[in-house]
Amino acid sequence: MIPDGNTVIEARGLAKRFGDVQAVAGIDFDVREGELFGFLGPNGAGKSTLLKCLMRIHTGWTGRAYLHGRDLHRCSQRELARSVAYVPQPGGDQSFPYTVREFVRMGRYAYSGPFGTAHPGDQAAIDAAMRRADVQEFADRTLDTLSGGERQKVFIAAVLAQGSDILLLDEPTAFLDYRHQAEVAEVLHSINQDSGATILSVTHDVNAAMLTGGHVLALRDGEVAWRGPTGDLACEKTLGCIFGASFRFLDDPVTGLRLVAPQGAMR
Amino acid sequence: MRRYGWLVLFLLGSVGVVLFAPLIGGQTISIDSVLAARPDDPAAVIFWDIRLPRACLAWVAGAGLAAAGMAFQAMFRNALATPFTLGVSSGASLGAAVGVRLGLGATLLGFSGVTAGAMGGALLAIAIVYGLTRLKRNCTTGAMLLAGVAVNFFFSSLILLIQYTADFYDTFRILRWLMGGLQMVGFDAPLRVLPFVSAGAILLAAVVGELNLLTVGEELAASRGVAVARIKTLLFLSVSAMVGVIVSICGPVGFVGLMCPHICRLIVGADHRRLLPATVLFGGAFLVTCDTVARTAFAPTELPVGIFTSFLGGPFFLWLLLKPPRNTALAT
Repeated sequence: MIPDGNTVIEARGLAKRFGDVQAVAGIDFDVREGELFGFLGPNGAGKSTLLKCLMRIHTGWTGRAYLHGRDLHRCSQRELARSVAYVPQPGGDQSFPYTVREFVRMGRYAYSGPFGTAHPGDQAAIDAAMRRADVQEFADRTLDTLSGGERQKVFIAAVLAQGSDILLLDEPTAFLDYRHQAEVAEVLHSINQDSGATILSVTHDVNAAMLTGGHVLALRDGEVAWRGPTGDLACEKTLGCIFGASFRFLDDPVTGLRLVAPQGAMR
Repeated sequence: MRRYGWLVLFLLGSVGVVLFAPLIGGQTISIDSVLAARPDDPAAVIFWDIRLPRACLAWVAGAGLAAAGMAFQAMFRNALATPFTLGVSSGASLGAAVGVRLGLGATLLGFSGVTAGAMGGALLAIAIVYGLTRLKRNCTTGAMLLAGVAVNFFFSSLILLIQYTADFYDTFRILRWLMGGLQMVGFDAPLRVLPFVSAGAILLAAVVGELNLLTVGEELAASRGVAVARIKTLLFLSVSAMVGVIVSICGPVGFVGLMCPHICRLIVGADHRRLLPATVLFGGAFLVTCDTVARTAFAPTELPVGIFTSFLGGPFFLWLLLKPPRNTALAT
């Protein structure tokens, strides 16, 4: 099936199994150019797995996926990395003895020549990415000396240096304090608005998804539980079906959005 | 020039050690006597035919083992991963012992049969350890090292079995060789190891970008465009083969691959574009120095160099294990 010109990612029956566990059970979706596309759902719903299948971090998945109309299985990993970049979940094992500059430079791997030689555009891309993610001030510090928030900005700088027009973000603001959440959200927003980058992000936070806007694909136990624009999320039945929990709704006078607060497990 | 100042220093230091070390020994040789002497002067013979080839072999072997350690540390994301701790050296030892026992090395100066055995043993060991770490998802550092220890024990018992069934002469040969020694005459041995170490170093130079990304994690590496599975297979096979050749000739000289990359990382940083040349040059000079100390410390008795490197390496290993983890990726 050839997707129309505006569709950048098209997935058909995408499924991934780990041993006996069906992590993702045959999912279809289309992502359009410049779109904000959220994967929402409880822990273990298969959101991160789906993202990693698209990045081919996980191999051995079944079904079809097309990138700009091209079968994902026919792209080399380098070609894929020039179009698609990935930011892993913050926290975990992410402290490396590399300096920030060295780490951001690694984002240019897909363009490097034999013996790791630099591409002519590398330096400009690295400088621009570091400026945009606002990490120049700690450019020469090593990653293991940074705070979680600073490190997340460095990861975003590295992804910007990669120069891909599609970004896959796994819980980009999880575990960050409010200031860093706002800073990271601001950078991502500007990437989407100014550069027209397509952003696919995973979250379990309904409010974050609604504030981000765009389209949502909600997963539960590896299957699609709901899909639609984020504006339609604030519905007790919808959220109950996705999360198996009940919510209260609060109207935000500033944004006019209907935000949610959890109310304990549904009986 | 300032950017590459460290490289010039490493290069001069490394070459200097190789040229200076042969002057030291049971009989101290002066530079004058080497340069001015007639070819049949005993001092010149000792320098050119015995000590310089030995220093060259030590340099090539040290460079190769250090580079191998660096590659394993990047792949396992762990500073304790080396050919020695992961059982690759003992695998090579077993293969070589089998070669000696079957008399495979007799005809071709110990090359074909024993070397092939050592390479096969090295590959077998890394396949077992890597297979075990893959079998268990989220395999921890501890589990990986324990797998290496288990492989070491298992292969050691097989080596003992071979020794037990061997005759007195073979037993002695295997035992002396297991201590890791560089005793030999002429340039045959260094020239035999050199092509393998050169090929290994060139291959590693070709994948410095991949090594950097593997150090930050396989998922990130894949997302930046590294074909992770292919690169890892390539590295495992080629690095293990290189270690196999070195071990087949020098014996299982331990801990060079543990100490040298770590010391270099402290000096030039973690970026493999700098770390690889630094590690190769430092590793070579390091083993030459160790060998010089080993053959002079208890002169006229010459200790096998493996005894000395293990003597240094044991405490170094413990220090790495116990020091507070400054970072998670390449500490412990």
